[in-house]
Amino acid sequence: MDNGVVRVLRVIGRRVNAGIWRLGYASRFFLAMVLHSGTALRRLHLTIREIYFTGVLSLIIILVSGMFVGMVLGLQGYDTLSRYGSTEALGVLVALSLVRELGPVVAALLFASRAGSAITAEIGMMKATEQLSAMEMMAVDPIARVVAPRFWGGVISMPLLAALFSAMGIFGGYLVGVQLIGVDEGSFWSQMQASVDFREDILNGVIKSFVFGIIVSWVAVFEGYDAEPTAEGVSGATTRTVVTSSLAILAADFILTAFMFTGA
Amino acid sequence: MSRTTLDLWVGFFVAVGLGALLFLALKVGNMASSSSGDTYAIQAKFDNIGGLKVRGAVKSAGVVVGRVADIRFDPEAYLAVVTIKVDSRYKFPRDTFATINTSGLLGEQYIGFEVGGDTEMLKPGDTIKKTQSAVVLEKLISQFMFNKAAENGDKDKK
Repeated sequence: MDNGVVRVLRVIGRRVNAGIWRLGYASRFFLAMVLHSGTALRRLHLTIREIYFTGVLSLIIILVSGMFVGMVLGLQGYDTLSRYGSTEALGVLVALSLVRELGPVVAALLFASRAGSAITAEIGMMKATEQLSAMEMMAVDPIARVVAPRFWGGVISMPLLAALFSAMGIFGGYLVGVQLIGVDEGSFWSQMQASVDFREDILNGVIKSFVFGIIVSWVAVFEGYDAEPTAEGVSGATTRTVVTSSLAILAADFILTAFMFTGA
Repeated sequence: MSRTTLDLWVGFFVAVGLGALLFLALKVGNMASSSSGDTYAIQAKFDNIGGLKVRGAVKSAGVVVGRVADIRFDPEAYLAVVTIKVDSRYKFPRDTFATINTSGLLGEQYIGFEVGGDTEMLKPGDTIKKTQSAVVLEKLISQFMFNKAAENGDKDKK
């Protein structure tokens, strides 16, 4: 009895301890990465290569899912709004929900599973095959050469992908709402323009996606760098990247939304 | 070295992304219409502003001529003080009549300017003297009910 309680406490204590340990290590890692990012920006082709792998190759999934999310919003929004006889507000509904929430959040979730996991797996495999150690042997700092370009590639790609997602979603909503169902085109656009504010809505959405970009890229490179250098370790790290960054995105979204959209 | 095709793709990606942002700013948002031009501030006091909000529209003859910049409560006169930023292209006479209207039955509320005949124009910082408050639907309905009841009472007497 007594022994069982002690054992449970010990397990909890070890977990908490390990979590705090990892958090501290991750923060130190973040700092080192930012300090070493001068190389990533000076040797721009390294970062451009990573923008290609994280951003350009994510284009298809982002565009297609943005389109479908917008089309679903068009259908659902029309169904709900027609109960109140205000279907002209469909444009507002589609645009605001995409620009404020769905664009940044869904794009970041897709980005985490499409690009974040790839980054983790790549860095983890480099570690497992001792490429990172080899670099250190040649006096090349792996954080500057491998980690920082991937981080900045992700941070730069994310806001662009979120903007594309929102734009594509609004186009999808337009296709369904105006072309398919027959909401008046003029009021669809004009009401949207009247209620979507550039600073309040669009800029806040961009800030959100920027923060999510930092979170996803940080988690991805850290998990890869911290992975156990075995096949099993890399696969575990990849899973952790997706889980941790998805949870972190949603939590950060709540905090950011509470900051941004509670004022008058 | 295949760097050139890679650069091309990244350039394409960045351009498309920025294009999407521009689309959001200009076509979806109101960047093009609202921030342009100078404005001047005038004030109007209302007994009741109903559901008027900051950034609500100010219209004259149905055309948007300004925005509600600020809504305060005057604790001495117990009135709502609304600060309006009017587009400086438009001048209004001093006896302009400001009313709070509703677009549609349950739509957003906006301030309407009905222009008077004064030759002097409103200057920045002026206060509009003649205002009409928002129509409160409950009051209207209860008034209607009382009138009906009174009519029925009259009939019963006859």
